[in-house]
Amino acid sequence: MSVVLETDQLIKDFGSIRAVDHLNLKLCKGTITALLGGNGAGKTTTLSMLLGLLIPTSGTINIFGHDFVKDRYSALKRMNFSSPYVDLPQRLTVRENLSVYAKLYGLNDVKSAVIEMVETFRLTDFIDRRVRKLSAGQKTRVSLAKALINKPDLLLLDEPTASLDPETVSWIRTFLKNYQQGREATILLASHDMKEVEQLCENVLLLRKGKLVEEGTPPDLLAKYGRKTLEEVFLDISRGGEV
Amino acid sequence: MNSGSSGRIHALLLRYLYVLRSSWPRIIEISYWPTMQLIIWGFVSLHFGAAQPEISASGILISVVLVWDSLFRSHVSYTLSFLEEMWSRNLGNLFVAPLRPWELMLALATISMIRTLIGMIPAALLAIPFFGVSVFDMGFPLLAFFFNLVFTGWAISQVVTGILMRYGLGAESLTWVIPFMIAPVSCIYYPLSTLPIWLQEVAKFVPTSYVFEGMRALLLEGEWRADLLQQAFMLNCIYFILGMCIFLLAFRSARTHGLLLQAGE
Repeated sequence: MSVVLETDQLIKDFGSIRAVDHLNLKLCKGTITALLGGNGAGKTTTLSMLLGLLIPTSGTINIFGHDFVKDRYSALKRMNFSSPYVDLPQRLTVRENLSVYAKLYGLNDVKSAVIEMVETFRLTDFIDRRVRKLSAGQKTRVSLAKALINKPDLLLLDEPTASLDPETVSWIRTFLKNYQQGREATILLASHDMKEVEQLCENVLLLRKGKLVEEGTPPDLLAKYGRKTLEEVFLDISRGGEV
Repeated sequence: MNSGSSGRIHALLLRYLYVLRSSWPRIIEISYWPTMQLIIWGFVSLHFGAAQPEISASGILISVVLVWDSLFRSHVSYTLSFLEEMWSRNLGNLFVAPLRPWELMLALATISMIRTLIGMIPAALLAIPFFGVSVFDMGFPLLAFFFNLVFTGWAISQVVTGILMRYGLGAESLTWVIPFMIAPVSCIYYPLSTLPIWLQEVAKFVPTSYVFEGMRALLLEGEWRADLLQQAFMLNCIYFILGMCIFLLAFRSARTHGLLLQAGE
């Protein structure tokens, strides 16, 4: 299986604080990987570096065969991202927002791309409504629609189902699974929802104090720690450590 | 510029135009301030014109007010569009797209020009019937004065947006403060010779002082001073490049310190 993303000895220091510590990770094509860790474990810092929003202190990032630290633009065209910590312009409508991002990603047929996303994410009734007038769940769906507008080969998601009702959560999980399988897309998912991770992810990476402390498939981790749920494994690792 | 770049600049322009059209009060406000300036200074001009007829006859006061406002409008329009991205916490989304910082700068400059023209043209047109002053009578020199001041406005904006990106919305008030820092040495309403000698030396490094000296020479003495415009343009080029460097350094610093995801209210 070909490697889409690989980091080597990735370090990020903020002054005297080491947020990410010699991180080596590898994402293979067509897989969904969970990035887990408690608050302050380095998940968002890692995602930020993998998106080019943050310059690493040292180490390398290779995405789609490009040295991402030196030239991120070639890879960014094939990537996208969604996070509850980043908003879309609230004064723009759903249609306007998606049109702007379709153009930013260089899509040729903007109108069709927007309609496709709006239909996919069941936003047709709100297409001409301003984002600020949408509910939290609807905003999350618009944010995901934006993250998929360019049909990315590598999708980075930070808590994609936060603040959503159970029905929408279930629908989004199914959608992401289908998207990954249909396009052989690679997805890296930072989440605190262990059920989501068990349901979606083939691989799990667990960070603690910026270090990768555990890695494996959910069944392997359950077997290794003799637990029935990933949540118990997560708590074992967190409590066993210094967290 | 490749087609990718023009597409991304177009995308950002659309984004700013969508914001603009989403609020009629905003569009009206763009023209409101220059028009108010025009009315107030128009009457001041009439008042002083009673004692010194050449002031109202030449339309000097009204002309300099309108031209100075083009600097202020271009700067505020540029910076406010950038602030829109910060207020809406959208910088993270923009820069995970393959958007180069210079493409953002070019889009901001373009929307700034559009907003400045929306603001200035109605005021300039109103000056004709209300005060009998047409800045358009200056012809080509008007364009030279206007573009020089817009250029200065953009140079200031690049510095301000760089500071905003690096230090966050706490520095928002700089948007309004910085342009007025150069106003006293721009010699908008008085000739350069009015300043004390040491301040005249400072004014030599301010491009706007050459623009307003040039305007006075044209409107009061009928003399077109291309040399003054050239000096203003050269200084503007230097400050524009400096401003660009400051913005790019601030962008890099924001990426080093992880500020792009945090930027916002």
